[in-house]
Amino acid sequence: MWDILLPIFILCGIGLLAAILLVVASALFSVKTDETVAELTEALPGINCGACGYSGCSGYAQALAKGGKDGTVKTNLCAPGGDPVAKKVSRILGTETFDVEEQVAVVCCNGNCDVTGKKFDYHGTPSCAACHSLYAGDGDCAYSCLGFGDCAAVCPYHAIKIQNGVAVIDRSLCTGCGICVPKCPKHLIIRHRLTGKVDVVCSSHANGKETRTACKNGCIACGKCERTCPYDAIHVIDNLAQIDYSKCTSCGACVEACPVKCIHKNSVT
Amino acid sequence: MKEMMIILVSAILVDNFVLSKFMGCCPFLGVSKKVGSAFGMSVAVTFVMLMATAVTYPIYMLLLEPNGLQYMQTIVFILVIALFVQLVEIILKRFVPSLYKALGVYLALITTNCAVLGVTLLNITNEYNFAQSMVNALGAGLGFMLAMMLFSGVRQKLETCNIPKAFQGVPVTLVAASIVSMTFVGFGGIVEGMFG
Repeated sequence: MWDILLPIFILCGIGLLAAILLVVASALFSVKTDETVAELTEALPGINCGACGYSGCSGYAQALAKGGKDGTVKTNLCAPGGDPVAKKVSRILGTETFDVEEQVAVVCCNGNCDVTGKKFDYHGTPSCAACHSLYAGDGDCAYSCLGFGDCAAVCPYHAIKIQNGVAVIDRSLCTGCGICVPKCPKHLIIRHRLTGKVDVVCSSHANGKETRTACKNGCIACGKCERTCPYDAIHVIDNLAQIDYSKCTSCGACVEACPVKCIHKNSVT
Repeated sequence: MKEMMIILVSAILVDNFVLSKFMGCCPFLGVSKKVGSAFGMSVAVTFVMLMATAVTYPIYMLLLEPNGLQYMQTIVFILVIALFVQLVEIILKRFVPSLYKALGVYLALITTNCAVLGVTLLNITNEYNFAQSMVNALGAGLGFMLAMMLFSGVRQKLETCNIPKAFQGVPVTLVAASIVSMTFVGFGGIVEGMFG
């Protein structure tokens, strides 16, 4: 009898000791998990785009749990989630709801295959980053979209399409998350408020003559838009027209005036 | 002292647990993608090996052997190992959460890592005394670390290679592991030369 009982006692004794040790250890080294963090992480979209300025959805959730109630961290920073997420977050924290300032991304290049050419034949890896590393890309214009779609590949909403050699963003699908922005080796993608409907779709900082030689749709820095604008919102800086969206009312006067038609007005809100 | 050195060097190089005895291949292949997490994993395994040896050896010598319960060693040792793995998990979660996340499920899998159980069982089989067992455990842990660090270096090189499609992923990793393990055959007989 004892032959059977002894091993059982030994095993149970060791098990009991181990259990006691673990209970003590887990009490000593317990990690305080804030339940609101878990709730907030659940409420956020979970695509980790970083548009809010934090490392990802969980980073934003942690920051919110810490400073969301006293207003140091705003509850309306999630651009992809929009108003519904902002409302959810505010409800969890019990604060006022602010509308999200929705943003949209724009590719600032209009150099499609009809208006600009290639300076050499590129047969390497079909990616913008790879092509860009070779003499700054194969386009005649050093500032132009390379058209391999690195941005389209990362877009979680399939809002970017390569049309006739240029990336085009569908404003109805774009949530303004900004994942594509750092992917462009030419830094052609900018983000601005969704209410801003006028975009300068050129990024060439070369002078007028050089730009004109490389691409028929490029901004030649003539300054006509600057003189036309009734609100002092558009300026030619460093050979390129640039819009100050805090002043722009999307009236469209510059769109009419531009001789090369590189300022576009978008109708979709 | 000379005996200790022989045990230590042979545990690290000649009888390397991963590359010569093929124990603990799971974390060896699983967590060796980055040097950082490979190092963290080996430190965790070394800690568990040392603690498990320190506890299982007295248990075996004082409790199991006098009562003729040698057949109990596997289950009792696993129990002790599980205890220390849980301890490591709790401590890592509290103090190094980034490493805790990087190791993921492989941390809990140290429990069933045969390298750890292997050390404790081989200490008994080889009839080491307590000090020798501890040195053997330390050597086994350091050997595991050496293998992990070497292999994570190899894998980081592999990342940049143009590998044929049929070999991508697991196949090329296993091929690389076998080549790394072959190099350790070269250490055979080195101990006799060093200390003999």
